[in-house]
Amino acid sequence: MSRKRWFQVRHDVSGASRRWLTLLAFALPLAVWSAVSYVPWIWHPVVKIEQPGEVSWMRAGQLVPKEDFAREVAAAKEAGLTLPSGKRANPIFLPAPHEVGRALYTAFTTKPVLRGDRWLHESLWTSIRTIFWGFVISSAVGVPLGILCGAFASVSRSTEPFVDFVRYMPAPAFGALMVAVFGIHLEPKVAIIVIGTFFQQVLVVANTVRKVDGGLLEAAQTLGAKRRQLVWRVLVPASLPELYNDLRILLGWAWTYLIVAEVVGVSSGITFFINQQAKYRNFDNVYAAILIIGLIGLVTDQVLAFLGARLFAWKNPRPSRFRTFFVRLFAGRDVLLFPDEPAKKEISA
Amino acid sequence: MSASVYANLPDYRAQAPAVAERFRKIKERPVVLDVQHLTREFMSERGPVTALRDVSFQVHRREFVCVIGPSGCGKSTLIRIIAGLDEQSSGRMLVDGKEVSGPSPERGMVFQGYTLFPWLTVKRNVMFGLEMAGMSRDAADREARQWIDLVGLGAFCDTYPAQLSGGMKQRTAIARALAANPRILLMDEPFGALDAQTRAQMQAHLLEIWRSVNVTVLFITHDLDEAIFLADRILVLKANPGEVQEIIEVPVPRPRSLEQLTSPEFLATRRRLDELIHPKRETPTIERLPIVRLTEVGDEVE
Repeated sequence: MSRKRWFQVRHDVSGASRRWLTLLAFALPLAVWSAVSYVPWIWHPVVKIEQPGEVSWMRAGQLVPKEDFAREVAAAKEAGLTLPSGKRANPIFLPAPHEVGRALYTAFTTKPVLRGDRWLHESLWTSIRTIFWGFVISSAVGVPLGILCGAFASVSRSTEPFVDFVRYMPAPAFGALMVAVFGIHLEPKVAIIVIGTFFQQVLVVANTVRKVDGGLLEAAQTLGAKRRQLVWRVLVPASLPELYNDLRILLGWAWTYLIVAEVVGVSSGITFFINQQAKYRNFDNVYAAILIIGLIGLVTDQVLAFLGARLFAWKNPRPSRFRTFFVRLFAGRDVLLFPDEPAKKEISA
Repeated sequence: MSASVYANLPDYRAQAPAVAERFRKIKERPVVLDVQHLTREFMSERGPVTALRDVSFQVHRREFVCVIGPSGCGKSTLIRIIAGLDEQSSGRMLVDGKEVSGPSPERGMVFQGYTLFPWLTVKRNVMFGLEMAGMSRDAADREARQWIDLVGLGAFCDTYPAQLSGGMKQRTAIARALAANPRILLMDEPFGALDAQTRAQMQAHLLEIWRSVNVTVLFITHDLDEAIFLADRILVLKANPGEVQEIIEVPVPRPRSLEQLTSPEFLATRRRLDELIHPKRETPTIERLPIVRLTEVGDEVE
């Protein structure tokens, strides 16, 4: 693989390079973070006191800006006092990678400090439940409505202007209102996620359904399809892979609404955990919680993408050993599996 | 084509006895499609435009009629109106003597752009019309297999359209349209996107299918040879507005074969079509581009 190919416009790189580059995408930020954390002369704007010496206000373990520390050392030297000693360090809000790594484990094993506090896994579970119900309720109404908007101009004209209008209202603005309506527990949080997702969802789904090739509808009509069949047998299956992708992206948006939703009413879930840990200045736990949210998002997205590629096999008929096996098993060896074969076959026919 | 090729050709209206007998028989058959005074106008930015004016013709049972004309003559509009996908401004259409409007499986259509359902396999595509007609899954399956065998795609029942070549896609589309049991099969430049070799093969396939299936064909094309090769009669449209210029009875005997492309009857018909579609002007000049020579002297290519 020559280096030139990497910078060709709209040209994919080879499989091996793809894997390396994906790894690099994660390794690079980690490397920067490690450099800032472990190389003493990069940044490290504070000094962690080891021996306070005879400087009256210093304590062991205290973090002091390095200019202040230098000034105190100079002053102590002049006055002939015992000099304080310390190590260059980063501010408390930037723990080193190994500390966060340790916290990824210890956050789950740390006992809640106060009686009302929750374990990390309990907080996470609450968050996942909030997202799940918010997204399910929104989709249950938003997807059918979006399909109707995409199918019928009358529905679209009478619905979408208002939906578009509400879309611009920030979902958190409804927070106080939702608490008044639904109380202070899970319900208002789910409602915020529904508000944040639903209106976008209707528009996105409607647009996707509108993108279906009109020729398919005409063909179906000349084959005797009536209105209901045009929607169910043509529009829906034709746009299904795109709808699936839309929902994948919208699910990501739902996670961004989660953080604001969880401070509505009684703070709960992962946001409560993060805020609580920040209050105790356990920033390694804060990072760990944020990383876990990212991981959950990444894993669900990758799983959904993997399933999508297999659910909608007609969309990307690429050689898959798994599928080849089953198709050959049930349909015999003559079945065409790869797109470049038919041209050859037909010329020889 | 040069004038020398056309020298000493018979009149395109002269028919051998067998051909004349064939046309006599066709005319005795019942009329399947009766188009009466069809007119289509629409508003454009520069005022009203007449796409079709007073188009009338009849197609008899199991006849093969081609519609041909210069680009912009409204031949696509015509077939879309007949299929019920577009609406006429005035005039009417009768199928088996009954007035029709709107799309219906009795007027099946094969489109230039294939329009196969990409999420359905070849077999499920062909089953679509049958299922719309309320046939059970099993019965539709059996019937679909017969149509797929007829177009020679038996081995590709479970293949998705994306994996088929252009010719195979169009054969699937033909099978799908025929499976819905149409009275008339409308074909809108179905082979326009195919390469020359596949196209010739598809024309032969189509004639074979038409011979063995009880179906009437109305076929739109802009390829003069294709029209002569396929048709019993050719409906020639002229542009601006689209009007029927002439209905030609093709004197080339059946069964057709590629050798007939150079037969006197074929060439005579071809000359007539050329005259109608590309009429001779007083000064036959091709417009010259205002190009300045950008090459060196002595570097001419012709």
